[in-house]
Amino acid sequence: MQILAKHKILEKNATLLLVFSFIVVTIGGLVQITPLFYLENTIEKVEGVRPYTPLELVGRDIYVREGCYVCHSQMIRPMRDEVERYGHYSLAAESMYDHPFQWGSKRTGPDLARVGGRYSDEWHLDHLRDPQAVVPESIMPAYGFLADRTIDATHVRDRVQTDAWVGVPYSDEMIAAAAVDFRAQADPNADAEGLLERYPGASQRNFDRQPQLTEMDALIAYLQVLGTMVDFSTFEPDPAR
Amino acid sequence: MADNDKPVDPHIDPADPDNRISLERRAADSEHAAKIAGEIPERRQPDAPAAPRLRKPARGGLVKEIGSTGHEWDGITEYDNPMPRWWLWTFYATIVWSIGYMIAYPAIPLVDRATKGFLGTDYRQEVAAEIERFDQANAAIQTRLAEVDLDAIPNDPDLVNYATNAGGAIYRTWCAQCHGSGAGGARGYPNLLDNDWLWGGTLEDIHLTLQHGIRDPQDPDTRYSQMPAFGTDGILDRPQIARVVNYVLSLSEQPHDAALAAEGAQVYADNCAACHMEDGSGDRSQGAPNLADAITLYGDDYATLTRIVTEGPYGVMPAWNTRLSEAEIRAVATYLHGLGGGE
Repeated sequence: MQILAKHKILEKNATLLLVFSFIVVTIGGLVQITPLFYLENTIEKVEGVRPYTPLELVGRDIYVREGCYVCHSQMIRPMRDEVERYGHYSLAAESMYDHPFQWGSKRTGPDLARVGGRYSDEWHLDHLRDPQAVVPESIMPAYGFLADRTIDATHVRDRVQTDAWVGVPYSDEMIAAAAVDFRAQADPNADAEGLLERYPGASQRNFDRQPQLTEMDALIAYLQVLGTMVDFSTFEPDPAR
Repeated sequence: MADNDKPVDPHIDPADPDNRISLERRAADSEHAAKIAGEIPERRQPDAPAAPRLRKPARGGLVKEIGSTGHEWDGITEYDNPMPRWWLWTFYATIVWSIGYMIAYPAIPLVDRATKGFLGTDYRQEVAAEIERFDQANAAIQTRLAEVDLDAIPNDPDLVNYATNAGGAIYRTWCAQCHGSGAGGARGYPNLLDNDWLWGGTLEDIHLTLQHGIRDPQDPDTRYSQMPAFGTDGILDRPQIARVVNYVLSLSEQPHDAALAAEGAQVYADNCAACHMEDGSGDRSQGAPNLADAITLYGDDYATLTRIVTEGPYGVMPAWNTRLSEAEIRAVATYLHGLGGGE
């Protein structure tokens, strides 16, 4: 086999081996990734999905920081048991502004793709402080310290800007108002007109019932918006998708 | 060119002090050359064939020799030990299976969509069909459950039987996280087994609570009332709160300071009686709990009552009419109504 004999040249030359390995990995990557950008069933358009508000975005960072994804997925598969337990199966578009997405691959706890609105803020507060107080069977650790960690708006604008750079359609106005929106969402007395105009359907309230703005506010704001953006009473799944 | 003109190899130049150790070693090696050569084990000789390795006799009692693959690196050769045959054939079988799988299921990306596969699998249609199948099977009884008068449900054994089972399953999926898998409730989340109801325990009341929730921020028809945060909002000062808490403790005959409680009666009459009634029996139309019985939602100790009066409780239950169908809500209502506390 003449061609196999030539392979020895690659094996004996580290630089060549590196170059050709890179070419092989590139081809593999292109074959796997490129179709996702043009196949119609992976880019289904869905009404209602909006970028996260600054507070939700920060809450999402806390979700990632605390490793919630290690035990909780955010991906309801199209199966009857999952749809009946968690709600409508997840759509690709629902995580299009997630960088990175939180689909996860392991469910030690339940799926959280549609946890928004399923429980009250008070429940989330009780449950994050002491999960076993409300669900005695739970093995989840407590996250009460989040309520003691205050956050300010110093880096919020940069955070939103960063997501804008990677393709989330935050307008200049949204970026400019990031810090204002961030503070307004957790303050029931703030003027929320701008917030609601920029982020339709955002809920404005004091999520953790404390006067100061804490990580608990941000995390609950994020949990309460999960899976609520698409109105499934009007959503028609594309059968040919 | 004369011999002594040859440049000296820098690695063995005795003039270089760095070479001292290697030169000494070379000298020692040449002194013992014969001994060293004799001590090299037979099979480490570069040109010697690999020593045959014995392995367990194969069937028939023959001892097989394992040959070499012919690969050689610096005199080290490699035995030719192939993978077990069963393993190899399983591996080939998975390759063949994958070809069939790629033909049968969606696999290869083309211009605007991937190949559909000759089985025509579509997960969305599959799950829709699967849900439809169960909906069809339950359609008759679900329609009946959704259409009859609420009051008529308990008198219809078929409906009660279906609703109790279906409602129990829905309860364990959607309600157990707050009210407990046995419906015993938790601190702040009402017990659904007893006769003490905040907003009413008739089938109709339970049904309405399930439909629209309690203080659900998204539902305009939700059951709503709000106890003021008497302390936080500065309506009562600390001594007044201490008095009224003692008075509330006295209503349910808990240990309390009688003198303070007597003073608290007026505070209670001015601030609390409008909702909780003068005798503390509460008002279900406003979700104001009965303070005169031994059942409490958040706890009956002095500290908890003080916190509740100071901060004002604000329990929220989500509305379920956006997530559950009317038949499902009625099933849960019937299930809860039948747990023991139903009126």
